[in-house]
Amino acid sequence: MNIRTFRIGGIHPEENKLSNDAVTQVAALPKQAIFPLSQHIGAPAKPVVAKGDKVKVGTLIAEAGGFVSAPIFSSVSGTVFKIDTAIDATGYRKPVIIINVEGDEWEESIDRSDKLEIVKAHPELTPEEIVNRIKAAGVVGMGGACFPTFIKLCPPPTAKAECVIINAVECEPYITADFRLMMEHADEILVGLELLMKGAKVTKGYIGIETNKMPAIELLTRKCAEAFSASEYSVEVVPLKQRYPQGGEKQLVDAVIRRQVPAPPAIPVNVGAIVQNVGTAYAVYEAVMKNKPLFERYTTVTGKRLQKPSNFLVRMGTPMKDLIDACGGMPEGDNKLLAGGPMMGKALTSVEVPICKGTNSVTIISGEEAVRKEPNPCIRCAKCVSACPMGLEPYLLAKLAAVKNWERAEQEDVVSCIECGSCQFTCPAHRPLLDNIRQAKTTVMGIIRARAAAAQKK
Amino acid sequence: MGKLIVSLSPHAHGTDTVERNMYGVIIALLPALLVSFYFFGIGSAIVCATSVAACVLLEWAINKFMLKNERTTICDGSAVLTGLLLGFNLPSNLPIWIIIIGAIFAIGVGKMTFGGLGNNLFNPALVGRAALLVAFPAQMTTWPKEGQLGLNGYIDAETGATPLSIMKDAIKSGDPSVLDQLPDSLSLFLGNHPDGAGAMGEICALALLLGLAYMLWKKIITWHIPVSIIGTVFIFAGLLHLANPAYADPISVILTGGLMLGAIFMATDYVTSPMTANGQLIYGVAIGFLTVVIRNWGAYPEGMSFAILIMNAFTPLINNYVKPKRFGEVPAQN
Repeated sequence: MNIRTFRIGGIHPEENKLSNDAVTQVAALPKQAIFPLSQHIGAPAKPVVAKGDKVKVGTLIAEAGGFVSAPIFSSVSGTVFKIDTAIDATGYRKPVIIINVEGDEWEESIDRSDKLEIVKAHPELTPEEIVNRIKAAGVVGMGGACFPTFIKLCPPPTAKAECVIINAVECEPYITADFRLMMEHADEILVGLELLMKGAKVTKGYIGIETNKMPAIELLTRKCAEAFSASEYSVEVVPLKQRYPQGGEKQLVDAVIRRQVPAPPAIPVNVGAIVQNVGTAYAVYEAVMKNKPLFERYTTVTGKRLQKPSNFLVRMGTPMKDLIDACGGMPEGDNKLLAGGPMMGKALTSVEVPICKGTNSVTIISGEEAVRKEPNPCIRCAKCVSACPMGLEPYLLAKLAAVKNWERAEQEDVVSCIECGSCQFTCPAHRPLLDNIRQAKTTVMGIIRARAAAAQKK
Repeated sequence: MGKLIVSLSPHAHGTDTVERNMYGVIIALLPALLVSFYFFGIGSAIVCATSVAACVLLEWAINKFMLKNERTTICDGSAVLTGLLLGFNLPSNLPIWIIIIGAIFAIGVGKMTFGGLGNNLFNPALVGRAALLVAFPAQMTTWPKEGQLGLNGYIDAETGATPLSIMKDAIKSGDPSVLDQLPDSLSLFLGNHPDGAGAMGEICALALLLGLAYMLWKKIITWHIPVSIIGTVFIFAGLLHLANPAYADPISVILTGGLMLGAIFMATDYVTSPMTANGQLIYGVAIGFLTVVIRNWGAYPEGMSFAILIMNAFTPLINNYVKPKRFGEVPAQN
């Protein structure tokens, strides 16, 4: 087996895939569902319902608020309780639509059968039609970044797409939702990949999977041979060496097709690749073939002290508390509640935060592991430099941020930082490297934008 | 339910700590320490113990009484390490008071005046050694012969010529036959050459290489600095030997003096060596080159410690100009 990986830096965090063998359960309906209007990168969605309106499962409740944006659909049937604010994953109160759940009545237009629809049987699906349906169904990147999927399929005129790469790496510790999805819905994922390839007008596809998921590699390799042997598409399952942050878009492109995306503002399609998460491929299948908008997803709920780490098929808007309770409740003592995994996940301030389009995991870190250690002086061991997958010098960037030397931080390419946390994970002195670097990155990006705006005025 | 703890990502941390690295280097030094006990007996134990105790005590005292820090830093292992390395660089019959002066230079001047761990420009143990070499040239260049294990070996040792001084004599006289007095390569490799001598920690290349293997295995250091230093010395000394047989053969050159100790343990000091792989290669090659130059044509028979100190001074410059390959700069492959 030819195992590939990316070529700069990387670390090996303990994998802790506690819920690998937990077959996905359908989560119970919540009593009340909460829909933040900002669940994606770009402009917030605009509500199209009012207090007291009746909605069904799959009813549009907020439309896209701009080009880079995505509509939001109700995941439950019931009555709009109010349009208000609530604490979301950012820790701030943000606009939300709250729906009181009554029964479980779906829109008739949604095909709820299990029958596998294949692309060949639907000649009406032109590339434009596929992209439109993906856009209309509110599909966004399901790996956590939540970038609207249809935009990735329509690259800028300066770039030409050559292949679609399915990101099934799941390199974050703990998370198993993508693995379970692959084991349980391989056929649908491959149809989704074919739709993505057709929509992007390419014939080459790759599925990148780390070797800690051998059953998925074997299953998908077999299914690919069946599905694509006699078609114009060529799809390759690429086994990847276990290494973080391989699921980062740029790292994955480097690992799979051995090309490196240049520094920002370049994006993967500048080197010919369109990267989509495996969950996104599944959502695309459901959106295009089953006319089912994006309102439920696979989510892992996990933690070392959690009684029963599990995988759920969960309706969006369900408060995390419901899922945690279904796993045996919050562990005793102080915990850190994360939306996402331990490397890049966001620490939450409330258990009432709802599951959103990008919530691939609810991770609970307990006890000593939840508390940061006291930082020591930097001993200049250079381990952060070796760990950085972007070829940066984290020790230097952190120091420049601490003395607010933004000019030099820009020269040292701070904006290339992908905030993967490898430097801080590695640091033997427990220094908060990424805290400082993030601040420098945000500040420098602001300076760059201000400079561009000033240049435009002239 | 307890409270929810909030902080920025990442929320996981590896198992690496400063202590793990420092004590790892100390473990890697143990084979060489045992060898020095075996060849130099009580003398080597007295020198090492004095040096370690003086370094640790000084660091504690400076922290407490001069810097008035509340947190003590002596548990991180770095002062113990400096003490051990300083001891390794000294003759095994050096009087206690001179060792203490060395420790004052190492910890006081070399480390704490710059702000303590992580801030020093020069390798503290080498600062101590260089200061002693300049201040006490006689005591610092007479080396006890091996095998004097008792207390007498410390107080009133019989001293001998080091292989390095034999090499230097050969160059000065231009007569290759002087080199016949050198021990054979295997004896040099094992440190077993009773008439010859040297600093107590540098005597056995095998023990030092075991330490290197341990540090590479535990990922405490990378190969770049030791390999580039030893490789450069080997090639440069080999060319000189080919051109003029009065220069010793390269195998003897890399097995003698402080070369292994310096390349494996002194030049690889985290704080004072460059941060990137390419920078470390430049640093290593330059140290190797300077070592051969000083050994052959300088006033002292040994050039390792001065070569490292000189390149310590260039480390900030190297860090400024030698950058890692950024993502996007690595060419595409098929």
